[in-house]
Amino acid sequence: MPLAFDIAITHLLTRKRQTAVSMLGVAMGVGFAIAMAGLMDGFQTYFVSKVIDVTPHITMKDEFRNPPAQPAAIRFGHGAFALRGVRPRDELRGIRRAQSIVASLARRDGLAVAPSLEGQVFLRYGSKDVGASLIGIEPDRQRTVSNLENDLTDGSLDALKTSANGLIIGIDLARKLGIKMRDTVTAVSPAGVILKMKIVGIFRTGLINLDGSVAYALLKKVQVLQKRINVVNQIAMRLKQPDAAGQVAAAIERRFHYRTESWQEANAGVLGVFVIQHAIMYATTGAILVVACFGIFNVISTIIYEKTRDIAILKSMGFEEGDIRMIFLIEGIAVGILGSLLGWALGYALLQLLGSVKFNVESFVKLEGFVLNSTWVHYAVGTVAAMGSAAFAAYLPARKAARLRPVDIIRGAA
Amino acid sequence: MTTPVLEARGVTRVLPGAVPVTLVRDVTMSVEQGEFVSIVGPSGSGKSSLLYLLGLLDVPSEGELYLQGRETGALDDHELAHLRLEKLGFVFQFHFLLPEFDALTNIMVPMRRLGKLGHRAMRDRARGLLADFGLEAAADKRPGQLSGGMRQRAAVARALANDPLVILADEPTGNLDQKSGRNVFDIFQRLVDDMGTTIIAVTHDENLAALTRRRVTIVDGVIETDRKVDAPSARPGDPARPGRDI
Repeated sequence: MPLAFDIAITHLLTRKRQTAVSMLGVAMGVGFAIAMAGLMDGFQTYFVSKVIDVTPHITMKDEFRNPPAQPAAIRFGHGAFALRGVRPRDELRGIRRAQSIVASLARRDGLAVAPSLEGQVFLRYGSKDVGASLIGIEPDRQRTVSNLENDLTDGSLDALKTSANGLIIGIDLARKLGIKMRDTVTAVSPAGVILKMKIVGIFRTGLINLDGSVAYALLKKVQVLQKRINVVNQIAMRLKQPDAAGQVAAAIERRFHYRTESWQEANAGVLGVFVIQHAIMYATTGAILVVACFGIFNVISTIIYEKTRDIAILKSMGFEEGDIRMIFLIEGIAVGILGSLLGWALGYALLQLLGSVKFNVESFVKLEGFVLNSTWVHYAVGTVAAMGSAAFAAYLPARKAARLRPVDIIRGAA
Repeated sequence: MTTPVLEARGVTRVLPGAVPVTLVRDVTMSVEQGEFVSIVGPSGSGKSSLLYLLGLLDVPSEGELYLQGRETGALDDHELAHLRLEKLGFVFQFHFLLPEFDALTNIMVPMRRLGKLGHRAMRDRARGLLADFGLEAAADKRPGQLSGGMRQRAAVARALANDPLVILADEPTGNLDQKSGRNVFDIFQRLVDDMGTTIIAVTHDENLAALTRRRVTIVDGVIETDRKVDAPSARPGDPARPGRDI
């Protein structure tokens, strides 16, 4: 065993309690980091997979990102002028030439396309009036762009085609209405059309805003209900690689000019929350590690204070600054390694504990317990952070120790 | 004439500060192989400071130091450390043994740092040194379990670990009773006689200094006298055998 290592380990072993305390500090940092990362990553991964699973990856809408340029702005674009009170024209809503856009998009590789018409309706059942977003779909195309079919707890997508006025609604919406399969509900559109519709399917995605306020019917029926014959106001798309949605959406928007949102953009609010969540996680874990650092700094400083004479004699014997620094760096890193290992155990235990907790929460998604996703990356990141801070915490006093001049100490001691 | 082992030429050491303090002033002396030199003087006379300079622990403000004829002023910390490791051995007033390690390991520390011997050879040499100083039974004992005299003998054994040219001792008996102190000087004498080791010992004890063949007296950082005697003064009392009766 190298001498520096021997001396370092002996220093720690003769201060078991102090070493254990600082090790625990590191273990806490690493353990909580692992548990929190598992927790947040789990929830995030679950949410994202839900979103990718349930909703279209890309949605084209019947609107434009920027209002159309005014003729005056086009003519005098470089001059100083102001337009006041410009009122946008009332345009007929809907994606124009939707069928040709769908056909053109469908020719792209790895892209499934489904047109739909989304509109608000009131669903009336008994004494209940509940507002809902009714989406008119073509079942055969729709099943290529979302997993709606898998999320059906009752009924089937094809039942839309076989029944006269079939309606598939979210489970929470059904609960709000107090309605069951094969019941008949009255749908009232803002256009004033009233339609009796029969529940032919109930879906449950786990995404709160879908399950609680969305219903599906045949595209033709919805066009009739909304008095918008042949109008399509959304084109949903699904990709083989969901992560590429952003670029593909941008490309499609450049081509067709209609506002085209990727799932990331559509869920930017939630994903933004995740970013904040991550920042909070790193801050908290960082704070724990900083405290752990103080622990290590403290032990090493104490050891160095107590070992001033040893350092002096070692240096007088011919040990160099690097040798002395190495001794105390090894001590810090050893505390870091052992603390990290202990932290792994702690993190694993915490995850088991969290995994066994059962509860019901409805936030963005419905949860019946923590969704945990723990990968070796979390363990590795925690360890690297702990080792880095341990080495740093040890380096400061170690450097000071290495610079001690033996003569000063021996003179002082004599 | 042979090259002196250690030689100081016009060495001055000033502690810088608001009021600079001169520790050693214009000292010129040389020490030959196999000499046993004692440096005596009142407290604060600069005798320890001179020893640190001779032992390459401190760097002179002015003047030159030669180790085996080699000027040391141009050497960097790394080279100085290596010279100390290989050629010099130190004994201080306090034993400065590493308290967590047993005597055997303590003696092996300089050898392990030098790394010239294999582990087994180092262990054998350390055991031999312990035996030389009557410390066979103390090999696996930590310094706290040893008497003051035993600790100091172990410290001398450690100073000899790398078979140094010169042993520099700074008040090696300062913490010992008279008998133990005498014993340490007897050990030094034996090293000089048997092995031709060069020893420079700082002491304020005139009786012990009287045992050496060369006495250097320092007052206010300046060599006052430097006397060689052919036969050291008669030893008071029975000659104590090294390593015994402590």
